[in-house]
Amino acid sequence: MTFQTLKTGFLVAVLSTLLAACSSTSTEDGAGADGMSGSGVGTGTAGDGSAYGDDLGAGGVATVFYFEFDKAVLTSEARAALDIHAQRLRGGNRQVRLEGHADERGTREYNMALGERRANAVKEYLTLQGVNAANLEVISYGEERPAQLGSDDQSWSLNRRVEMK
Amino acid sequence: MVNTRLLLALSLVLGFALTARAELTIEITQGVDDPTVIAVSPIEAGNAVLPEDISEIVSADLRRSGLFNTIDRGNMLSFPREASEVYFKDWRVLGAQYLVYGKGERQPDGRLKVTFSLVQVAGEKTVLAQVVHGNDGNLRDIAHYISDKVYEAITGIRGAFSTRIAYVTATAGGGNRLIYRLMVADADGARERLMLESREPLMSPGWSPDGKELVYVSFETGRPAVFRQRLGNANREQLTNFKGLNGAPAWSPDGRKLALVLSKDGNPEIYTLDLGSRQFTRITNHFSIDTEPNWTPDGKALIFTSDRGGSPQIYKLTLASGQLERLTFRGSYNARPRLAPDGRTLVMVHRDGGAFHIASQDLVSGDFRILTNTYLDESPTVAPNGAMLLYATKRGTNSLLAAVSIDAGVKFLLPAREGDVREPAWSPFLN
Repeated sequence: MTFQTLKTGFLVAVLSTLLAACSSTSTEDGAGADGMSGSGVGTGTAGDGSAYGDDLGAGGVATVFYFEFDKAVLTSEARAALDIHAQRLRGGNRQVRLEGHADERGTREYNMALGERRANAVKEYLTLQGVNAANLEVISYGEERPAQLGSDDQSWSLNRRVEMK
Repeated sequence: MVNTRLLLALSLVLGFALTARAELTIEITQGVDDPTVIAVSPIEAGNAVLPEDISEIVSADLRRSGLFNTIDRGNMLSFPREASEVYFKDWRVLGAQYLVYGKGERQPDGRLKVTFSLVQVAGEKTVLAQVVHGNDGNLRDIAHYISDKVYEAITGIRGAFSTRIAYVTATAGGGNRLIYRLMVADADGARERLMLESREPLMSPGWSPDGKELVYVSFETGRPAVFRQRLGNANREQLTNFKGLNGAPAWSPDGRKLALVLSKDGNPEIYTLDLGSRQFTRITNHFSIDTEPNWTPDGKALIFTSDRGGSPQIYKLTLASGQLERLTFRGSYNARPRLAPDGRTLVMVHRDGGAFHIASQDLVSGDFRILTNTYLDESPTVAPNGAMLLYATKRGTNSLLAAVSIDAGVKFLLPAREGDVREPAWSPFLN
């Protein structure tokens, strides 16, 4: 197809748009970094006997939990791992981000809702185990951030997930 | 600091303009069995070559409707510019049922006056004769205008060639990251323009009823938020900033409200946002997923997806009475509803066994049909004349746009040069 020349006026519009995008992106990066440094959960001090710190996966505990298509039911493996997380998180102030995802099948906004439902299932389970709900943030990416690109059963099963961060 | 940013942004824009254009091409995969044969004689201004080939753009528009076959210029026996140069025998020999001819005349102020006519070959009769004014910068607009008039004169349906489409592209951006772009192009994929670029997901573009603004979802703040933005303008406004989902914005037909989805109260519910008073009004109240709202053309009801019955199905909620009606019963997955402009033809994503296709349902007769035979189909959007719908599908590992006529007789693909193209949104009529 032919190459279309960008009009100058439009170029300016895009420039300022990009500037806006740049500045908000850097803000977001900052926020993300703050979230992750997570206000000192006294990294595994001998006192509380926990080697948890900021590393949610310490000791090889799963931090990604998988789901069936159009479902948000926790597997027994997920519940077993979440029991350990709950034990470690209870009483602490480590901020945890629960990112819900869906596979690419079906519609994008429904998948956004499904990702949120999955992340909420994790949040509710942790809360029932005594974790402070205020320390758990749920965010859904729907099908927008696949863990594995590919349109096959294996990719889809890896993409229907909640990641603890 | 500002200067550095400006330079960076500039290099981004130039880099994008040179390398990452996803411009769409057209592959017609199925047309009607008995297309109308039409010839479009070259339209030029004296001996000067115009920067755009008007008659070629008109021919391509008509072919893309699936209802027309066009005669190749190389096979034409003459290139008439006015009535006295039309020899009907020449066109009968070629099997042309219709002929479009015309000419451009340069005006003293440099503008262009284009005269065009549509004639029926068998009856040797002029169906349409018009004059349109423009300049070298909007020759494509002139061409699409001619296509609209020719299409309407022959089919009786208003042409939608002068409309635009918005869509989202995702291309590799280094490492595991994607670069998301919100784009607007002519309905034929030409004159693609960048609205917004982000390293965080962009989703769910939708048009204002006057065709001058878009609403969409951006994750640039680290969470989803709904934005509005004017075309050709960098001014953007963030409309929502709630915890949880902020999604699926849909502009009301009168332009005053958005329907959207928020989960700030615990689970996804449909709200309206009054753009004047900035008041949010909660519309649904159910512990299930309620999402993907869309207005009926009269603005009196919302259709939306809900899994309150155990699987995603489409419901209609009349705003004044609060009356709720389930519209779909066939299969275990019907979602992302859109209504054709007649308010009667519902299109949706339908799960058929393991496959996801676009289906239509006549809300009066109940007739249900699967329109597409591609793979992982989603995001249907109906042209403002109701004749075609665009959707996103998958070929290999890439998503691309595809189109199908509302009667499923015409099908074509719009592959991009690279990357994913998704979530098309067809503009309203712009003129």
